[in-house]
Amino acid sequence: MSDKKATREAYGEALAEFGAKYDKLVVLDADLAGATKTATFKKAFPDRHFDCGIAEGNMVSVAAGLSTTGLIPFASSFAMFLAGRAFEQIRNSIGYPHLNVKLGATHGGITVGEDGATHQCLEDFSVMRTIPGMTVICPADATETRAAVEAAINYVGPVYLRFGRAATPVLFDRETYKFEIGKGVVMADGKDVTIAANGFMVAIALEAKELLKADGIDAAVLNIHTIKPLDSELVCSYAAKTGAIVTAEEHNVIGGLGSAVCEAVCGKTPVPVLRVGVQDEFGRSGKVQPLLEYYGLTAANIAEKCKAAIALKK
Amino acid sequence: MNTMKKKALMRLAANVRMDILTEVYSANSGHPGGSLSIADVLAYLYKYELRVDPKNPDDPDRDRFVLSKGHTAPALYAILAESGFIPKEDLTGFRNIDSYLQGHPDMKHTPGCDMTSGSLGLGLSAAAGMALGAKHQGKDFRVYAICGDGEIAEGQIWEAAMFSAHYKLDNLCAFIDWNGLQIDGRIVDVMNSTPIDEKFKAFGWNVQLIDGHDFDQIEKAVKCAKETKGKPSVIIMKTIKGKGVSYMEDKVSWHGAAPNAEQYEQGMAELRAALAAIDE
Repeated sequence: MSDKKATREAYGEALAEFGAKYDKLVVLDADLAGATKTATFKKAFPDRHFDCGIAEGNMVSVAAGLSTTGLIPFASSFAMFLAGRAFEQIRNSIGYPHLNVKLGATHGGITVGEDGATHQCLEDFSVMRTIPGMTVICPADATETRAAVEAAINYVGPVYLRFGRAATPVLFDRETYKFEIGKGVVMADGKDVTIAANGFMVAIALEAKELLKADGIDAAVLNIHTIKPLDSELVCSYAAKTGAIVTAEEHNVIGGLGSAVCEAVCGKTPVPVLRVGVQDEFGRSGKVQPLLEYYGLTAANIAEKCKAAIALKK
Repeated sequence: MNTMKKKALMRLAANVRMDILTEVYSANSGHPGGSLSIADVLAYLYKYELRVDPKNPDDPDRDRFVLSKGHTAPALYAILAESGFIPKEDLTGFRNIDSYLQGHPDMKHTPGCDMTSGSLGLGLSAAAGMALGAKHQGKDFRVYAICGDGEIAEGQIWEAAMFSAHYKLDNLCAFIDWNGLQIDGRIVDVMNSTPIDEKFKAFGWNVQLIDGHDFDQIEKAVKCAKETKGKPSVIIMKTIKGKGVSYMEDKVSWHGAAPNAEQYEQGMAELRAALAAIDE
């Protein structure tokens, strides 16, 4: 875990790498290519990168049209301006006709940092996963980002991919890591409680496991990179096995991974579920670490919630 | 345009109008006014212009048509039926739970429908994406779209207008159905989208203003659009909402209302008389 890289960096690199392998791949951006890192692809394939200017709604519907001609468009902007600004275009131009468009949303969550609340999207998992047929993915590290991008290229249908601005530890080995849409990854086994995390919070969940170990608690850690379709089988099997779940996500606790996990377990293996995330608030400006602490997106808070969840058992 | 060609178009347009009326009457719901106003341009496009084949509706090299003003689906279904893409007898299922003919166009379930639409302002962008896709892949198909004069109040129309000019999409031709009415009233009262021509000119488009019920003008304008290089074309069609059914013409109330049995019979009688008069 020595290397750190932002998943947006890995996204740009993956597009550039797979541009050579998949000639139908084209990329759209809305004047943020430098920040979303699609500029990396643009440098490699300038005639396959289309800047749409600051007009996200148009970009999304253009991507819909492009996909009907056999191309595989990735449309990129900040999560706020894709899932937020262009929600209706995503729903009606792409979701309803189930078109083969990939939405590469960067700058998800509060780790956007200093730009503050207007740019910190904490609602995208929620709104994207309510669209029928939409696949929603939030990779945990650079390796998983690369694999998720290729999986999205090979999957026929709409996919929303969320990436982060801030650097995060590289958790997986590029040569051996196998990614499958909708299949969660057991990062660490355990018997007392399960931490189900995604994105930036997976590395922090692994830190929480270490903290709990010192207190004699054996926590399992699941990386639920695909929020939809959720790996209910894995989540429910760990609910049954450990009897308590704590979810951890860089998202409002309403509507995201925590909600999806609750929905999965409530009908099958009801156990206590506590949700670590932003507690129905907007973000604020700040540096990454102080922001994570301000909103309780820390290993210490996850560990505390694990103890509380264990206390709620039975 | 010679007389034979023109009469064929008049016959087709009259049949499309009867289909529209029948669909809306069968559903007891739908949007007849703006469907009737585009019957003539659809007749021209599908009979003489679009490179499409009902036996191969998904041909990747076909011309594309996007009905951006998707609420006028009855007109699209009518021309698709008259052109052999869908069975004519399916039209009476329009808006029914058992039918694939949704209230607004659904590309996944309607042969010949190139884009799902209905939420206004999205279709022109999708058409621009198709045109860009053609250019990018060196394909020579053309893309046509019809927008409403009320629809162009949507900001996304102008995002698409800027985009299409920026990428020099000369394989894209948009029509604006300038019938002057929208649900809440006359467009000049609700939200004045005029001058439409000056706006598109300022956005870098080749602009033509025609009578949308004159087949000679439609033919000439489409030809000019095809010959214009380096920029997209827009054909602003002055039309009459409800055209062909006397009591619906230029009446806001027929934007989204179905005729009763008596009104339906009267409308059909008028259209049948118009059809008969063509060959007299």
